[in-house]
Amino acid sequence: MILPKAISQPISRLPLPVIQQGARLVFNQMLRQHPTLFDRLGNHATKSFRFTPADLDLTFLIVPAGRSITVSRKSARMHADASAGGPLLTLLALLEGRIDGDAMFFARSLSISGDMEAMLALRNALDDSGFDLPRDLGKAAGPFAPLITRLAEMVRQRALVGLV
Amino acid sequence: MELICPAGTPAAFREAVDAGADAVYCGFRDETNARNFPGLNFTREELGASIAYGKARNVQTYVALNTFMRAGAEQLWYTAADNAVLLGADALIVADLALMAYIAESHPQQRLHVSVQASASNADAINFLVQTFGAKRLVLPRVLTVGDIAALAPKVACELEVFAFGGLCVMAEGRCSLSSYATGLSPNMQGVCSPASHVRYREDGEEMVSELGGYTINRFGADEPAGYPTLCKGRFHIANDEGYAFEDPVSLDVMEHLDALRDAGVTALKIEGRQRGKAYVAEVVSRLRQALAATPEQRPALLAHLRRLSEGQRTTAGAYEKKWR
Repeated sequence: MILPKAISQPISRLPLPVIQQGARLVFNQMLRQHPTLFDRLGNHATKSFRFTPADLDLTFLIVPAGRSITVSRKSARMHADASAGGPLLTLLALLEGRIDGDAMFFARSLSISGDMEAMLALRNALDDSGFDLPRDLGKAAGPFAPLITRLAEMVRQRALVGLV
Repeated sequence: MELICPAGTPAAFREAVDAGADAVYCGFRDETNARNFPGLNFTREELGASIAYGKARNVQTYVALNTFMRAGAEQLWYTAADNAVLLGADALIVADLALMAYIAESHPQQRLHVSVQASASNADAINFLVQTFGAKRLVLPRVLTVGDIAALAPKVACELEVFAFGGLCVMAEGRCSLSSYATGLSPNMQGVCSPASHVRYREDGEEMVSELGGYTINRFGADEPAGYPTLCKGRFHIANDEGYAFEDPVSLDVMEHLDALRDAGVTALKIEGRQRGKAYVAEVVSRLRQALAATPEQRPALLAHLRRLSEGQRTTAGAYEKKWR
C-alpha cells in the first residue's frame, strides 16, 4: 500500500532536522525496549543499513551499534553496507514482523541490495524482537501516549489489510 | 496426520504452536543444522524455553541436527545432541549415520527421526536405518510420486513424514553440490544453501539481477515475481535457448493430494521454512491446519492465498504428481 499523496507530500516537505529529531527519539526508545536485537545481529550491529521508503523523499541510515539514525533526502545518496526499499507501510510492517520479507521480495514489493548476510541478520533479529510500533511510539510520546498509540493502531490496522 | 511446522526463532516457534502445530522443528545457532543462517536459530536457553512452551500446550519439539559431521569436529554435533536430549527434545532429526550411531548408543531412549538430508528413498535403505539405529520416523526426499510413497509405506518398519508445503528442493538431498560449486559452502556440511554472504542483488535498467558467488543466477523483469538465488532454480543459456534447466522459481504445495497421502500411510506432513518470518509461519500453519479438517472441495479456497507467499508466487506438486519421464 502506497501512502496517499495527501500524506506523503506534507511529510516529505517537513524540515529534515524535525524529522531527524523525531526519528532519533523513536529509534532510541525502540532500541532501549528491545535489547535482544543486538544478540541476533552479532557483528552485523556495526554495519550501516539504509531504508528508503518509495513514497517519501527521505532515506533513513541506521547503525545499530552506534545507536545512530541519519535522515536525508534521496538525492543525498548516503553509502550503506546494506539497503532496503519499498513502500513505507511495507517497511514498517517488516519492522514489526507482521509480514514476511521473503514474500514481499518475491512479489517485488521490496528491493534489497548490498551485504545480504547483514540484511538477513537484521531481518531475523527484527522478526524475533517483538517490535510493536503503536506501543513503542506511545512510550516515546509522554502524556500523549494513549492518543498516539490509538492513532498508530488505527493506521496499522488499515495498512495491513492491503499487505497481508 | 500430524502437522510438523518450522521455526527459526522463538517468536516463530510460538506462532507455530498457537496456529495449530502438532510439532515444531528447529535448530541450534551453528552448523549442526541445515538452516545455519545469520540471526536465525536457538540458543540452548531459547530452546529450553520453547520446548517448555510447546509441552505446556501439548506440542512436541523436534531438533534438527541434520548436517554431516566434519572430520575432527564431531564433538560439536555430539554436544548438540546431548544438549537437545537434556533440554527435553521429543525427537532428533539426523542425517549422518555416525551421529545416528552416537545417539543410539548414548541416548537409546531418545526418539530418532531420519532427516530428508539422509536421502533414504527405498525400503532397503529405510529398514537398514530402522534396524541399525532404531529410527522411528523417516522424512522422505521430494523425489517420489504419491504412488511411489503408497508402494513404499507397507514395506518399511517406521513412520513416514513428507514435505507438504514450502521450499522445493529438487535435487538428491544431502548429496547436492550446486551451492558448494558456486560458493564453497553447502547445506550438507555448513548448513547453508546459497549462503547470504555470497548473494548480491543489483538493478540493471528495468531488471533485477540476482548473483551467487559472482555467477548471475537470474534476471527478473520489472514486475516479474522473483525467486531465491539458487542454482537449481537459475535461468540458463543452453544452446540457443534461455530458460530454467532444472526447476522454475516455485514452491511446493501437495495439499491437493492430502487424502491420497493419508491413504498411502503417511504419518506426518512437514512444512518447510525455518528461514521464513513468523508471519509466514503463522499464516501457513493456520491455513494447513484448517485444510486438514476441511473437505477436498473446501481446500483450494483455503490454500489459494498461500501462493502469494511462495517463491515466484507459484506452487507445484513437483515429483508427487510427476508427469515427466
